[in-house]
Amino acid sequence: MKNFGYSINKDRQIDLDKSDQRIALFVKQHEPSINICISCGTCTATCSAGNYTNLNLRKLILSVKRGDIIETKAEISKCMFCGKCLLACPRGVNTRNVILKINQAIEKFSL
Amino acid sequence: MNFHPFVIPFSIGFIVLIFILLYKYFSLFYRLDHQDKSKIYKGVFSLKFFKAIKEVFLESLLHRKIFRVNPLLGYMHTSLAFGWFLIIIGGTVESKVHSHMALKMPYDPVFFNFFNTDLSMYRWANEFNFIMDFLLLIVLSGVCLAFVKRFYSKAFGMKKTSVLKPFDKIALYTLWLIFPLRFFAESFSAGLYNNGGFLTGTAGVFFSSFLPLKNLLVPTWWAYSISLGAFFVALPFSRYMHIPTEIFLIFLRNFGVKTDKIFSSFTELEVLSCPRCGICLDKCQLLKSAEISDTQNVYFLQSLRNKQLNENNTFDCLLCGRCQEFCPVGINLNNIRISQRKHFFPENNNFEYLQPIAIATPKASVIYFAGCMTHLTPTIKLAMTGIFEAAGVDYLFLDKDSSICCGRPLMIAGEYTKANELIEKNKKAIIESGAKTLVTSCPICYKMFNEDYDLNIEVLHHTQYLLQLTEKQIIKINKTNKKVVYHDPCELGRGSGIFNEPRELISHLADISKIKEEKEEALCCGGSLGSVNLSFNKRNNIRKDVLSVLQEGNPDLIITACPLCKKTLQNGANTEVKDIAELVMQNIQNQ
Amino acid sequence: MEYLECLKYSPSKYFRHSKLKALINVNDIIMKQKKVIVIGGGISGMESSTYLTSMGYDVVLIEQKDKLGGKLLKWEKLFPTMSMGKDVVNFLNKGIDLAQVKVELNAKIINAVKEGNIFKINLDDGRVFESDAVLVTTGYDVFDARKKEEYGYGIYDNVITSAELEEKFLSGNDILTNSGKVPKKVGFVHCVGSRDEKVGNVYCSKVCCVTAVKQAIEIKEKIPGVDAYCFYMDLRMFGMHFEALYKQAQEKWAVNFIRGRLSEACENMDGSIMVKVEDTLAGKPLRMNVDLLVLMVGIVPSVGTKTIGKMMGLNFGPNGFFKSLDQHSMTTVSNVPGVFFAGCCVAPRTINNVFVDARAAALMTSSYLEGYDIEKRIQEK
Ligand SMILES: Cc1cc2nc3c(=O)[nH]c(=O)nc-3n(C[C@H](O)[C@H](O)[C@H](O)COP(=O)(O)OP(=O)(O)OC[C@H]3O[C@@H](n4cnc5c(N)ncnc54)[C@H](O)[C@@H]3O)c2cc1C
Ligand code: SF4
Ligand code: SF4
Ligand code: SF4
Ligand code: SF4
Ligand code: SF4
Repeated sequence: MKNFGYSINKDRQIDLDKSDQRIALFVKQHEPSINICISCGTCTATCSAGNYTNLNLRKLILSVKRGDIIETKAEISKCMFCGKCLLACPRGVNTRNVILKINQAIEKFSL
Repeated sequence: MNFHPFVIPFSIGFIVLIFILLYKYFSLFYRLDHQDKSKIYKGVFSLKFFKAIKEVFLESLLHRKIFRVNPLLGYMHTSLAFGWFLIIIGGTVESKVHSHMALKMPYDPVFFNFFNTDLSMYRWANEFNFIMDFLLLIVLSGVCLAFVKRFYSKAFGMKKTSVLKPFDKIALYTLWLIFPLRFFAESFSAGLYNNGGFLTGTAGVFFSSFLPLKNLLVPTWWAYSISLGAFFVALPFSRYMHIPTEIFLIFLRNFGVKTDKIFSSFTELEVLSCPRCGICLDKCQLLKSAEISDTQNVYFLQSLRNKQLNENNTFDCLLCGRCQEFCPVGINLNNIRISQRKHFFPENNNFEYLQPIAIATPKASVIYFAGCMTHLTPTIKLAMTGIFEAAGVDYLFLDKDSSICCGRPLMIAGEYTKANELIEKNKKAIIESGAKTLVTSCPICYKMFNEDYDLNIEVLHHTQYLLQLTEKQIIKINKTNKKVVYHDPCELGRGSGIFNEPRELISHLADISKIKEEKEEALCCGGSLGSVNLSFNKRNNIRKDVLSVLQEGNPDLIITACPLCKKTLQNGANTEVKDIAELVMQNIQNQ
Repeated sequence: MEYLECLKYSPSKYFRHSKLKALINVNDIIMKQKKVIVIGGGISGMESSTYLTSMGYDVVLIEQKDKLGGKLLKWEKLFPTMSMGKDVVNFLNKGIDLAQVKVELNAKIINAVKEGNIFKINLDDGRVFESDAVLVTTGYDVFDARKKEEYGYGIYDNVITSAELEEKFLSGNDILTNSGKVPKKVGFVHCVGSRDEKVGNVYCSKVCCVTAVKQAIEIKEKIPGVDAYCFYMDLRMFGMHFEALYKQAQEKWAVNFIRGRLSEACENMDGSIMVKVEDTLAGKPLRMNVDLLVLMVGIVPSVGTKTIGKMMGLNFGPNGFFKSLDQHSMTTVSNVPGVFFAGCCVAPRTINNVFVDARAAALMTSSYLEGYDIEKRIQEK
């Protein structure tokens, strides 16, 4: 098939092969506990910022892993860094450092 | 005028030192902001000046604080600093008394014994000899100890002595040499001219019996002068810069200049004042419980001086403040670290979503702000609301349904500008309520409201508030026969100086027993938000060690006054952990 | 004569032959009958002592409570079949009666040691029991839900545990809220005290997912018109018929399943409970009120498991349960020769697995007593 350089179906699926894994790799390297998240949603349910806006840490972690840079960038800035998620997470994910590392990756790769 | 070529190295060193110091301190002063400068202008002409002199004497010379923590280390520092100081004073007085010359050079007192060989004609020659020898002996003993410490640091109860850079090495070795060389030089002079005190005189006689003193005399004085000169030149570039800097620091501090969360040239002064005594090393729980041995402030300040800041070290510290509490120089270590975090914290936050949010604030006389963490320990907030009701207080539970963070976690992670947006939002709600008192259950919020909110109302942690209610007999509580221990939360205890109120309140409720490390020395539970990157396992190890201290005497209850401490300790304790408010609520008599 | 020939090799093996018992008193003639002490009279202890006694050993079953049956006594209906718990208790008791197991109830063990090859078990009334082997079946406790303060157990009246709900079912009374109202909505919180690093329990308790499904069905059965909500992280329907029960809950009873772990629960003025959770599949935080909140408490090693284990020098695994000599091939064998274990003191288990385990442990104990070197096949690592 001819490659036109773009695809009409682009947003309909996650193309993990072509996804941008830069943030994910950076965070995994510097805060490996991002790997042990089980997407339970406790962090989102407890989130202080989540009372006012649609910050969803569980989803954010997933966006990072799936390479959804736009979503990641849009969400990350809303965190108040209060640490409630850190206290509540049943897996011991170092949530605040995950957030810091995502922020750093965004800056580092000028995303 | 006395002169000999060998005085040249000393003199050059001395002049270089003076110029560098003047330059450094003047530029530091110049870079201070307007407020700080005016504080200094006022301070110089006030009583504060004399207070500063006294403090310089006690700390820079006598090293009182080091003595308190570690007597042997204290003696080492005192003998070197105070001994040397007295030698300078003694030498100057000696040369003044004996002088018949109009022109005095700064090196005269230093090389006094070389130039003045016939002492019989001077008054009090023997007395001076005795004093100067005695002082030399003291300093030599300090040098010996420093030597021992370098190689056997365990003898001083320290686990690790700091690593040296080239200039540090020059300064250190020359410092080691200065006084032994002085000893030899003076002994040789004494041996040749039959004078000297009990030390140099005796040694002189001894040396003269087998050494060609005549040939050795001048080279030894040369060596002495060179070692002094080299030390002076190396000093401003070495760790010994802390000696003059600390003096400068003490003056400025007494004038009211301090380090806030932003790095200023005063902060730089503090960074330079650290003598690397290593006391902060041994106080740090990260070393004892978490196997982290490069974060402690002795190293952190070093990497800051060398501009080799490492991100991990900047963020893993708990900001528990134990090191700061015991730092003999009184450096504001927590704020220095906070000021550095912003370099690694991209300014990305955006709290615009808070703009349209209006927090409804009906009028009330007391505002209760539970804090984010308290929502995960509902017993604390239930106890507080129960007490408010029992006491008939007209209160408003500000963050009942949803809370905006007080901003401190963000601020201590380095993002103080963005933290201000959170501050403004909360502040507006608090002021609108018209309340006269703000009560919070979270020590983190308390410290924040107290120090960074500029609220013109009374800010109380619930331990203080409940004590007030009890003492005013607004609430009546029963005393139980429980045996309890109290865990000081870092932000409440060391962070805000509230040690006694909780203890007093508990004494109305139960028998409180002492534990090994408490009050200023209290351990951090491990849950601190001060650390950003400490792993869950390391936090658990810290908690384990804290619990072993708390549970040592098999108490019936562990009492604390912080939701975060409670939750952290509770998850690992065999003993029940309660917040002080719960204990009050359980034993309240009011209907 | 053929019988006596056999006795040379394995005396106790043939005790069950009444013919032989009639012939001679073997105790007097050849050697003493081997003794076994079984500690803990739950399912695992009852079933293993029934088999060991039937095999001819002199067994004493020591139980701290006044009744045999353990936790099972409190469950009304059992997953996945909805058969009655008391039927299983009856089955177990019948075994004890038929085999004439010696049972010591209300017995408090204050010490348990091994001297040479003999075990000595001291009770607080001064009696000492001796044996050649010990089978430990001290079971589990349910997780103390007060440790998860944010869920409000022990603080809010309408937050109860799954074990308490079972007791309510068993009592036959109506299921009501604390204030005596018929609940309209009931929530079930999975994984309370399990899969939670913060309380130190990293493992899955295995039985609570399917118990939640079972209890949700029962609630629907008992209270017409009630809505049931299960808040889960993963639905672990691993056993035979479990998935069918889950499907039944959806198909027949319209139980709601919401994928998300509760962060906290608060009490409303009327005593109902507000839960905060993320509906992770919808990707949004969710709040709702329920009249009754049931916490599916996990399985933790019982106090008896910890104390008996310490007395006898048994190894514990990282989760605090007994550590088997091998996770695949030696699950009932302990590190101390002559001590075996079965049931939930080794790991969270369902009843059918506990039965299998109990009988397997009886076989291991017997093999040991007959002189079979059970550790021989273990390879040096
Ligand atoms: C809420 C809930 C519902 C369940 N429902 C089902 C179900 O429907 N179907 C199913 O298959 N499984 C179910 N289970 C699992 C089932 O309860 C267990 O598999 C089973 O009870 C385990 O039996 P056990 O003998 O190993 O332990 P236990 O039942 O705990 O028995 C241990 C016994 O040892 C005694 N003991 C302990 N220490 C000592 C000591 N020091 N001295 C003397 N005695 C001691 C105890 O008193 C107790 O009697 C459920 C579990 C829970 C939590
Ligand atoms: S730290 Fe950020 S993500 Fe976590 S609970 Fe607080 S606001 Fe939410
Ligand atoms: S609470 Fe922890 S495990 Fe659960 S979704 Fe959030 S980060 Fe992942
Ligand atoms: S920071 Fe303070 S305690 Fe630490 S080495 Fe420096 S002076 Fe000593
Ligand atoms: S503040 Fe606490 S954790 Fe940080 S360096 Fe000092 S003692 Fe260590
Ligand atoms: S069985 Fe289900 S509810 Fe129980 S611990 Fe495992 S996943 Fe959680």
